[in-house]
Amino acid sequence: MRIFDRSLRHKIPLWGGALIVASAVAVSGAQMVRAYADLKRDTINSSEGLGHTLAKTLFPALLHDDAWRAFELIRAPFHEGRPEQPLEARAIFVVDADLRVLVSSAPRAMPLLAPLDTLGADYPQLATGLRLGNRDATATYEFADSGFLHVTIPVAEDGARVGTLVITHSKDAFLPRFFSIALGGAGMGALVLAILLPINWYWGRRMAEPLVELAKGMGDLGKGQPAELPASLYAYRDELGQLYEAYRDAARGLREKAALEQEMLQSERLAAVGRLAAGIAHEVNNPLGGMLMALDNLKQRGRMDPAVAKTAALLERGLQQVAETVGALLVEARVVSRPLTRHDLDDVHTLLEPQAVKKQVGFDWQIRVPEQVGIPAGFVRQILINLLLNAVHATESGGRIRVEAGTGEGRLLLCVANTGAPLPEAVREHLFEPFVSGREGGHGLGLWVTYQTVTQLGGQIAADWRDGEVRFTVSLPLEGDAA
Amino acid sequence: MTPIALPAGNRRRRQILQAIGAGLAAAAWPAARGATDPAASRTLRIGLTPAFVHDQHSLMADWRRYLESRLGTNVEFLPRNSYRETMDLLHQGRLDFAWLCDYPFLYLKDLVRLLAVPLNQGRPYYRSYLIVGAENARPTGMADLKGAVFAYSDPYSNTGYLVPRYHVRQLGENPTTYFRKTFFTWSHRKAVEAVATGMADAAAIDSFVWDTLTRVKPELTGRTRIIDRSPEYGFPPFAAHRAVSAKDFAALQGVLLGMGRDEDGRHLLERLNLDGFVAGDRSIYDKVVTMMRAFGEY
Repeated sequence: MRIFDRSLRHKIPLWGGALIVASAVAVSGAQMVRAYADLKRDTINSSEGLGHTLAKTLFPALLHDDAWRAFELIRAPFHEGRPEQPLEARAIFVVDADLRVLVSSAPRAMPLLAPLDTLGADYPQLATGLRLGNRDATATYEFADSGFLHVTIPVAEDGARVGTLVITHSKDAFLPRFFSIALGGAGMGALVLAILLPINWYWGRRMAEPLVELAKGMGDLGKGQPAELPASLYAYRDELGQLYEAYRDAARGLREKAALEQEMLQSERLAAVGRLAAGIAHEVNNPLGGMLMALDNLKQRGRMDPAVAKTAALLERGLQQVAETVGALLVEARVVSRPLTRHDLDDVHTLLEPQAVKKQVGFDWQIRVPEQVGIPAGFVRQILINLLLNAVHATESGGRIRVEAGTGEGRLLLCVANTGAPLPEAVREHLFEPFVSGREGGHGLGLWVTYQTVTQLGGQIAADWRDGEVRFTVSLPLEGDAA
Repeated sequence: MTPIALPAGNRRRRQILQAIGAGLAAAAWPAARGATDPAASRTLRIGLTPAFVHDQHSLMADWRRYLESRLGTNVEFLPRNSYRETMDLLHQGRLDFAWLCDYPFLYLKDLVRLLAVPLNQGRPYYRSYLIVGAENARPTGMADLKGAVFAYSDPYSNTGYLVPRYHVRQLGENPTTYFRKTFFTWSHRKAVEAVATGMADAAAIDSFVWDTLTRVKPELTGRTRIIDRSPEYGFPPFAAHRAVSAKDFAALQGVLLGMGRDEDGRHLLERLNLDGFVAGDRSIYDKVVTMMRAFGEY
């Protein structure tokens, strides 16, 4: 990954840090250059001051050829036993018109009458400089690649020059002081860095974090699952804040669109199921009419065995229920239904009893309804059978199924409870949708049909798990005040 | 160096006396002064020169107090940095006594009388040492110093000026041109410093000053090396102005000669690096006279 492709999370603190370090180095560097220049200027100034004083006192001594007096004067600025100070001269000496040493602070290195050219170091260059230069004025000589700085002052009075005073400074002597200044500067720089770098890091993170989150969110936007970015991530109204607002708007739009699509898909699926069911109902309805007609004929013939008559009645009510169920699916065909009687509930009991016995599940049947209830019998039978079939399937052997039916406040209340395991969360959420089955082999239409039926009757159905029971409760409004 | 000033009253009084007594003979005025001055406040003035290590101030103060207690008069030391100044003071009659180098002593001729001669290592003699820098291994004598930078101590010094010049003359050379460069340091001690620092290649030093310096400042003499020792000459003497009364002459001579006999005196002699004083004889300076004659100065 190229450096410029790196995350802003790194780039902002890095660039900021680099800029701060560069500034600190540049400022410190400039300070050091300035300090060095000042040091040099100070040296030259103090040197010239010392030189002028010395020249004044040296003049009579040199004029009278009092070499020892001149030597004592010239040696005075040197403090014996003290380490060399930056502003103190390394050597002070006087040369005559022929550039020979008249007196020097270091006679061993610069013996009396020695020509300046023979003194080594950069003195030959100085000799050339002095020969060419104006020796009646103060001057400063500094040669390339030389560690020395020379200040020359004429030893003269009333235009009579007896010699030229040379004060030589070693630039090495600046270094300790320069280093101490530089060290101080570096310390200040480090302090500034120590303060600014964490601030920069914090600021960089603050700047980068929302941008990074936004970029991530924008990436997800394309995939259709935009993350919710909390408003607290960036609470300001600047350009970045506006970007955030725009992102949130876009994300909200996308989520609404996705929900709408989901809903449409659901509706389409339901419509398809409806058409299928209508087709099946139509096919079932024709033979059903024939069967009901046959039963009617049988009844009109009269004088039937009572057992046969009971079975025929049972058959008729069952077929009637089928006709009503199918009729419900056939939106266009309105089937005239009869009101619910206690017999209908007994029928359901009779129909389901064998299955319960087979599964070794006990029935607890508590019916407290009037002889006749103003509600279509077929729908109630269908609802009850569906719920009971589910309950029988869901209850393990030895369990119990409790059925309660009652009326009150103008409603028929049904409750089917079984001691089975609670419904899994995933199943419960989509319990009343088609093709959702809680058990293997189920087609998942039972509860959906039940739900559609209840809804059609203007009632409510709910499922919950309480006191070790899975409980389905249905509440249906009664027609008129037949109750 | 802080020159000890004359008490203001004394100076003014003397100025007045000099003004009115201009015609009086030099010999007469101390008596006149004695007549006007009570004995108790009389002051003997002694000139000191670089003939010895004269800038040991506490030693000078102790010695002065010693002399005052023994003499019963005030004593004033007048140190000067060149012989010429002390000679001028003697000429002007502003000193009663002086510790001089033998060259100025002889130069002043009748103006001064020999009072006492210090004993150096038991004898009233000293020498001139020829010294070079300790690291300068080549020269072994004056003959090797042609073209050198030479430090003289004082133009009226015997061992520091007359002796080396006489030596050069003995070599058949002209002392004025023999050296490349010469200069005066105005004291033997500074002449040693000149050689030690490299300012001069060589110098001639009073052996007594050298030996004393070796004791009190060995780090200085250690940077130099003796390459030649001259013959013995009479030690720099204590001289009395010819105007000094016989009584004062005898008094100071007695105190000086008696220093070795009491505890304080012995202690002072030890600090002066001397063994005592003797009355001495002018003949011990005959060799100096010979050298001075060679330069036409006697």
